[in-house]
Amino acid sequence: MGDGALSGWERSSTARVIAPARPRKLAKVPFVELADGRLQGVVSSGSDIGRVYVSSVTAGEFAYACSTNNNRPCGGARGSYCNHIAAMVKEAVLQYGAERVARYLKCDLADAEPDAASLTRAMLATRPPAGDSKAAATVFSRFLRHLAYLEFDPATAPLPEMQWFPPTRAVA
Amino acid sequence: MVPADEGGGLMRTDLLTEPVDGLDEALAAVDAFDGALASGLLRPQPDRAAGLLGLADAVAGTPLAAKAAEAAEKAVAGAAGEDHFVALAAARTALLGAVHDALGARAEEATGRPRGERSTQGDGPREAAQEVNVLVAARSWLSDLARCGWQGMDHEVVAGAAPVVSALLPEPGLRRLAALLDGFAAELAASCPGASLQQVPERRWADLWARAMLLTVPGAAEMPETATVSGRLLPLGVDVHEHPTAVQAQIHAVLEPADGSAARLVRASVSAPKPDTVVGAGLWQLLRPHLSLLEALGEGRAMELTDMPVTAEGDLLWSDGHARQGEPADPFATARVALPTATEAPTAPLDRHPARLAVPVFVEGYAAQLDEGGLTLTLAGQALHVDADRIPTASPLTPEAVAKSGACIGLLRWDAGRFTLQPLAVESTVRKKTVALHAGAWAGGTTDKAGVKGEKAATDAVKVLRERAGRLLRK
Repeated sequence: MGDGALSGWERSSTARVIAPARPRKLAKVPFVELADGRLQGVVSSGSDIGRVYVSSVTAGEFAYACSTNNNRPCGGARGSYCNHIAAMVKEAVLQYGAERVARYLKCDLADAEPDAASLTRAMLATRPPAGDSKAAATVFSRFLRHLAYLEFDPATAPLPEMQWFPPTRAVA
Repeated sequence: MVPADEGGGLMRTDLLTEPVDGLDEALAAVDAFDGALASGLLRPQPDRAAGLLGLADAVAGTPLAAKAAEAAEKAVAGAAGEDHFVALAAARTALLGAVHDALGARAEEATGRPRGERSTQGDGPREAAQEVNVLVAARSWLSDLARCGWQGMDHEVVAGAAPVVSALLPEPGLRRLAALLDGFAAELAASCPGASLQQVPERRWADLWARAMLLTVPGAAEMPETATVSGRLLPLGVDVHEHPTAVQAQIHAVLEPADGSAARLVRASVSAPKPDTVVGAGLWQLLRPHLSLLEALGEGRAMELTDMPVTAEGDLLWSDGHARQGEPADPFATARVALPTATEAPTAPLDRHPARLAVPVFVEGYAAQLDEGGLTLTLAGQALHVDADRIPTASPLTPEAVAKSGACIGLLRWDAGRFTLQPLAVESTVRKKTVALHAGAWAGGTTDKAGVKGEKAATDAVKVLRERAGRLLRK
């Protein structure tokens, strides 16, 4: 780039900033996202179809939290990550790719092959603390908000602003 | 001088690489402003003042002059209010509008097609729509963003978009702003904190910011129906747009009016908000039930329109009740025969921006080359870069297929300093037979293995989400 001139990407109106999510099966983990400085998601209970667990891991510190949508703490998330958190990390890696998840969580994988196992291992190696579960309500409401996207009707009035969002062949 | 090809069809690619007067100066002013916005307008560094004042200077000869100058001065002093931000966004938009016009004129010369007269209908100042609270909230969020700049943004600031988008989405009239803010905020969230970004897409984010800012002005997003049209609609191809939570398919077509008037280029669009886990071939499922034209496109048919509403920009406001299935129509025949004389509708004043340029073109007899530098088509000694990344993955069309093709229907676009060609369909010769591949081949449904798999994945995803919504949402 040299003398401070902007690169093509910086001068592009349609620069691709995020790769599209990759399709995955949603039955076990209907929702994951990288938002608010956390990897967070909703994991369906294996035993009760009316119950879901809200799990999260913070970026940088890897502090974990897991509780039900009715705010009962998850029995498994004591002293370490529970199965819900492990499942969430796995599905996040499927959806976004291990590198993007690791980058967002600021997790250094050193020389390990980036995948869900190495990511979980690297985070656990830092002996992550239990985080506060106050975020659960926010995450759950973000999940409900996400579900509401199915309720909005398609429209045939043009959206000129979508010209700024071309598809990309790049994969996450 | 070589006369412009009289039969139409031959593109003057040489014109696409020649310099455009004033372009560099206009873009330099835009870039300097974008740099100031990137570092934030809360307390701009003295070296950013030139970028802010320069933007105002660039529009000094326009009706925006006084407002832009005042806004720039306030911004330099770190004292800009929301109205000042709107004025800066307007000045930047005006400048890029001029760039759009110059590039559009160049594209027009290159294609040799006539431009349609702008209808005067619906052109006057519209009645100010009611100030809606959610627009005020959107403007307030965008102002916070401008104060932080991309380099100063954090999760807290970006999260402020969520309630705004939630309030916008249920309002059909506010869908434009909703889709824009939703996609914009997702990118910002994925890039937080801004302080750790190594590279910032300055042009893009400033574009999105400025557009969103203008759409918070009541009435700015209105696209009123100005007429109805009847006649034969001949599809050329489909252009897909998507971000994590929205998708739009836009079909470019030639309309042959029933009254015998000149053929026109029109677009038909369908869009939907979507969960981010519905992707690829699955997107067609969301859109298909609302636009019968997608199926016609997949089957290679025309459609007959009766009194279909249309905007002054040539956007059909599609409703299936005004359309019925027509005869088979090959898009390549349309491109060869009907496209060269079809007139193009002008772009609405606020929508003039280089990113909006999407000029249907037909090219053939080129030499294609695919290497590390990308894909180019060389026509009459002039190389035209192909924006292959815009070909949707859920499609039989691939960059490799374009590289082996002999004819191409595409959209002429302009981005990052150059014209590019976005392929919509190609023709190639396989064992002495002509084979066509369309980007939108799967729009109406497909038996292709990858397409079927993609649709099934989306069906399953939607089923799970609906089940979860049924249990958790309506309690």
